[in-house]
Amino acid sequence: MSSRTVPLYRAAHGRTGDKGNRSNISVIAWHPALWPILVEQVGEARVAARFAHRRPSRVTRYLLPNLQAMNFVLDDVLDGGVNDALNLDSHGKALAFLLLELPITVPDALCEHLAGADEPDFSSTEPWRLA
Amino acid sequence: MALPSAPLRIGCAAGFSGDRTDAAEPVVDALVAAGGPSFLIFETLAERTLALAQLARRVDPDQGYEPLLDELLRPVLARCLANGIRIVSNFGAANPRGAARRIAALAAELGVAAPRIAVVEGDDVGTAAHRPLLQEALGTSVDLDGVMKTMVCANAYLGAEAIADALVAGADIVVTGRVADPSLAVGPALAHFGWRRDDWDRMARATMAGHLLECGAQVTGGYYADPGYKDVAGLARVGYPIAEIDADGDCTITKPPRTGGGIDAHTVKEQLLYEVHDPAAYLTPDVIADLSEARVVELGPDRVRVEGVRGHPRPPTLKVNVFCEQGWFAEGEISYAGPRAESRARLAADVLRERLSALALRVDLIGVASILGDDRGAWLSAQPRGDARDVRLRVAAVHDDKAVAQRLPREVTALYTCGPAGGGGVRTGLRQRLSTRSCFIPREGVPARFAMMEPA
Repeated sequence: MSSRTVPLYRAAHGRTGDKGNRSNISVIAWHPALWPILVEQVGEARVAARFAHRRPSRVTRYLLPNLQAMNFVLDDVLDGGVNDALNLDSHGKALAFLLLELPITVPDALCEHLAGADEPDFSSTEPWRLA
Repeated sequence: MALPSAPLRIGCAAGFSGDRTDAAEPVVDALVAAGGPSFLIFETLAERTLALAQLARRVDPDQGYEPLLDELLRPVLARCLANGIRIVSNFGAANPRGAARRIAALAAELGVAAPRIAVVEGDDVGTAAHRPLLQEALGTSVDLDGVMKTMVCANAYLGAEAIADALVAGADIVVTGRVADPSLAVGPALAHFGWRRDDWDRMARATMAGHLLECGAQVTGGYYADPGYKDVAGLARVGYPIAEIDADGDCTITKPPRTGGGIDAHTVKEQLLYEVHDPAAYLTPDVIADLSEARVVELGPDRVRVEGVRGHPRPPTLKVNVFCEQGWFAEGEISYAGPRAESRARLAADVLRERLSALALRVDLIGVASILGDDRGAWLSAQPRGDARDVRLRVAAVHDDKAVAQRLPREVTALYTCGPAGGGGVRTGLRQRLSTRSCFIPREGVPARFAMMEPA
């Protein structure tokens, strides 16, 4: 079966929250048919790798099948949190958009459920090459 | 199955200190039009806000409550009182009694009958009397004398009980300091429905209603829009949320007619998970809410129902945040544009690193790499050098010694004459830093109580 590589934001949306030095990022399927792909492809290890520069001490994924949503909790990724980080965005509000650019592979049969327009060369535009 | 009855409506007209102050009028209009029992809540107390309020109170003992209190209440106070819409808010911050006095004065200015105003107290655990509790909670290895010397405030997150007690006692307005945000809605629900306080399922459902309300427009299309993916109509006049809570605690989220924004299953899911860690155990002072089996149901345009939330017995401890003044935070920015702007900004950063070697600098190249990065700079150094043509350099650092920290804004300013060509738009800042630590103390050590204010 042929498939397409797309950024996660075409299959899901999400929002970041913070408490102390811990960030949580929701990943919510745009359509129930896309939910199994998210569960299969967006796991703790990939998310931890995505945020390697923030040196998470732990990444935990919680599944909410009724909502077709996942909640990622990333420990110690906020440089101390809102009162201690030097980041302009000391809450880490923007971090959901780093996760939402993760490449995922979607079978052609499910592509009709994707949000947004096709970006045919996405797979060659992995934007951040972290050393 | 509960008997059919009118829902309790709770509108939320502010989601943080600094939120819009013109949100309440459409919410109050909708509550009046709906009739029936209703409340208006304002959530204005983020983690840090209370510490800033305490610092304000040190300068002026009459201050220390929400600075925008007048702007928030003046447009709607008379109308709420005339229509039996009771108001609950944590806008008391570090001085609930001061806020209550100001509200009484505002009511007098507006020429309305004096409202019954209650204050909720007991959250302040920063006094000498609380030392043993704090020492135990922070751990015996922590130098409490050192902490107390620089402490700005220590406050426990109180729950809904004292709010409910004040409402049952007849308060028109309840002013709190630190309470858990969802408790602002749980208190009215408890008072209205008369639930047992160990009815954990209902408490949990009301808690999630409060959770959906507490950030104001974040559930009605605010903080959601992403053009082409998540389009939101009328974002500039986004309506604030109203929860219709039934006798079982389940809620329907809606918003005033003819306001902007929108509510659908997706906006509700995003806010439902906001600042949640383990969805099976969302801890509040009132209950441990379990939303792992929650469902959202679109009932119609801008009407979404949340079901399936369960509850477990409340935790035996309350969370406490301790704020201390610790060190100085310095930052500075300068912009470069046109050909080779990125190279010139990177050169400016190198100059600052050399001149400010006593400071651990964070460097951002806004327009190249900034807020996704880390304070150590691993992210920035992994980015290939490019040819961005509009870059704003930002540097930041903290230091315990003010004189050392102050060198940062001076060096950024000096880039005007000593840095690379064409830098402009310097902005700098220097402020005392507030550090925070959290701990948990047994709830018996922090008795919450309300006091009905005497009319002046």
